Amino acid sequence: MKRFALLFATIDETTRTNEKIDAMVGYFRSADPADAAWAVWFLSGGRPKRLIPVRRLAAWAMDEAGVPEWLFSECYDAVGDLAEAMSLLLPDRESTADLPLHRWITERLLPLATRGEEEQRASVVQCWRELGGTERFIWNKLITGGFRVGVSQQLVVRALAKATGVAEGVIAHRLSGTWVPRAESFTSLSASETSDADISRPYPFFLAYPLEEDVEALGSPAEWQAEWKWDGIRAQVIRRDGKTFIWSRGEELVTERYPEIAGAADFLPDGTVLDGEIMPWKDGTPLAFAQLQRRIGRKSLGGSILTDVPVVLVAYDLLEVACRDVRNEPLARRRAMLTDVISASRSAAFIPSPVVRFASWGEARSAYASAREQSAEGLMLKRMDSAYGVGRRKGAWWKWKVQPFTVDAVMIYAQAGHGRRASLNTDYTFAVWDDGVLVPFAKAYSGLTDEEIRDLDRWIRANTVEKFGPVRHVKPVHVFELGFEGIQASTRHKSGVAVRFPRILRWRTDKRPEEADTIATLRALL
Amino acid sequence: MTLLRLAERGLYCEAGDFYIDPWQPVQRAVITHAHGDHARWGSDRYLSSREGADVLRTRMGPGATIRAVDYGEAIDVNGVRVSLHPAGHILGSAQVRVEHHGEVWVASGDYKTQPDPTCTPFELVRCHTFITESTFGLPIYRWPPDSEVFDAMRAWWRSNRDHGRASLLFGYALGKAQRLLAGLAGADVGPIYTHGAVERLNRDYRHTGVRLADTRYASEMPRGHDFAGSLIVAPPSAAGSLWVRRFGTISTGFASGWMRVRGARRRRAVDRGFVLSDHVDWPSLLATIEATGAERVWVTHGTREPLVRWLSERGVDARAVASQWKGEEDTDPVEVPGEEITA
Repeated sequence: MKRFALLFATIDETTRTNEKIDAMVGYFRSADPADAAWAVWFLSGGRPKRLIPVRRLAAWAMDEAGVPEWLFSECYDAVGDLAEAMSLLLPDRESTADLPLHRWITERLLPLATRGEEEQRASVVQCWRELGGTERFIWNKLITGGFRVGVSQQLVVRALAKATGVAEGVIAHRLSGTWVPRAESFTSLSASETSDADISRPYPFFLAYPLEEDVEALGSPAEWQAEWKWDGIRAQVIRRDGKTFIWSRGEELVTERYPEIAGAADFLPDGTVLDGEIMPWKDGTPLAFAQLQRRIGRKSLGGSILTDVPVVLVAYDLLEVACRDVRNEPLARRRAMLTDVISASRSAAFIPSPVVRFASWGEARSAYASAREQSAEGLMLKRMDSAYGVGRRKGAWWKWKVQPFTVDAVMIYAQAGHGRRASLNTDYTFAVWDDGVLVPFAKAYSGLTDEEIRDLDRWIRANTVEKFGPVRHVKPVHVFELGFEGIQASTRHKSGVAVRFPRILRWRTDKRPEEADTIATLRALL
Repeated sequence: MTLLRLAERGLYCEAGDFYIDPWQPVQRAVITHAHGDHARWGSDRYLSSREGADVLRTRMGPGATIRAVDYGEAIDVNGVRVSLHPAGHILGSAQVRVEHHGEVWVASGDYKTQPDPTCTPFELVRCHTFITESTFGLPIYRWPPDSEVFDAMRAWWRSNRDHGRASLLFGYALGKAQRLLAGLAGADVGPIYTHGAVERLNRDYRHTGVRLADTRYASEMPRGHDFAGSLIVAPPSAAGSLWVRRFGTISTGFASGWMRVRGARRRRAVDRGFVLSDHVDWPSLLATIEATGAERVWVTHGTREPLVRWLSERGVDARAVASQWKGEEDTDPVEVPGEEITA
């Protein structure tokens, strides 16, 4: 556990990518495979389920630390993270014994699930006494189901490739899907034989970079294919050995949640993999993302949800056909095959992502300008000869997102953030004018520099009119330009509208609150 | 009327007609220590500990009228007995003991009870009323032993040196920087360079007889000098400035009590946080308050409310008093003019 805690601390403390990778490589090369397997699982975002309700855990920690509840909550507010607050409050460790990571997990952590409350308590308290510093923090994060390490999946893949000498693509493939954290799994990651058996495995998704330069710089328009950029859930639909699997880009198996698509996939030939966007789609047109949100996270699809919000797969690409990996074929060829596969499936649940025709960049620009009317977020531009790569790479695929909606709004509430932003007021609520009254319509957390956040925090502390628990009602003075991606009528919001992905674009120090926008401006965007 | 009270310009003793660490110019100011939030310009006369007089002069300028007294030496101010006692915070820091008609008040200023080679150790002074700081007034703040922190610091520097990087260590220019330099004296760490704000105060510390590691003023080095493998001590306000560029590839560290909390370190965006504070941690805070024997406790700055409630629940007459002192700030303390970052 100590070595893993050191790895965690090194990754957590440095902002340099290379140092993170070096730390992982060092760990993977020298750790016991049983430990390394768990490390890979955690670094890839795997987390055990929450084993003990947080309140109960906090109560035990208060007892152990001899701290009353009110003081505990003061500490929690200052730290901004419950697992860390508990770690800092508990008395220093009593022993320096060290148990390997995998034994901590399999012998100490996972068995908690089947124990009664008293046994759980005795066991957790014992663990606290044996663990110090970072280890205790990790342990608390593990039992509360909130353990996260600050590395992307891509970095883990790079580190594993470096540590094992196996190509990044192969590692990424082996890691995707249901990866079981066992010593054998870790050992087989580095196997040089690469025809892996697991039929459920999706390919790593190929992602596009945002287009920042002028589109003309991409060269001849004839070399590019354009499609709408849809706002749904990116997914792969896999049909192999008579079985169907749907994976979301979060590497989550979501087959049961989209029975329309899963049912249609049963009629695909074996050895077919489609990449596309799960979209709420009714009567030939897309519905708002908010509609799809009603289905996300739902395990049972009772009631009228299936008829209210039916979904389709808007297919972008074909990755495997007739059991053959065709990712290295040029896009134009894959696209032709994709159209064939879909028409042969004769299912309305698959729609080839419409290709947007354009003869010049000028035409592409006008298509781009009409994206919102298509309920799309912009255009995707893909090189006709591009392979389906791994991860986010520059050059072959670009996403060309339309500019966000913007509005000038007044900050009226502020609240302290969590984690890195704990004890600073960083979560703001914004309002627009409605007949002389400010009505809140959006919360935003991001978009300011650290320095602006500090300045604003100081101002907020000095200009709080009223406090409701953690929320500070501040003087309506500061105006911010907010950007957002979409807007919908909503009965759940006082303002009558709900905006999607609101964020701060600029602090309008040049504007007075009277100059902020009105609710009418927002309604006009509906 | 209490012996000390909070007036517009600061903590005031009416019987003796003087202020302790006033935030506006007054006739007579008794100064606990030279940090900017406690020692402000413009008062007619200052009273300081002898140990702290050099540093105070550097801060207040050569024109200031400063009377220096030894720790424990009592003087009479309009019939009030005033004496200064070591606070262990930084060089020359003092608690102010005020006695009148048998009633004793002690204003702590900022203090710590851990040993620190750069200043006289904290002295416990019994009193009826204790006016305490509470910068780290929450039980999450418990300091690790210094030796552990300095070991980690040396290991950090060594690893940076082996990777060809310079180590840039941030600590407040007055006090923390010198404690770092004293802690690293005699170790294998070096060469050590300093920021101008730090170097100026190093001179005062050395002049007062404090042993610090050998340092060189970074800005004296010729253009293009290779800083790889060295350690540089600078105030936090230097972070991200042009001044830092000359050091090439660096790893940054920050020494402060706030580094106990992960979020605070991440917000600073430094590579390493070292938990090293010049203030009392929670256990020492409680222990000190109890040991003073005070029946009444005023809590002036920091996390006041929890400490007040904790004490009140234990039968102490405690209350929060709104001062303009800040203690160790999470954000940069206001640097006095003359300490701007020189490029």
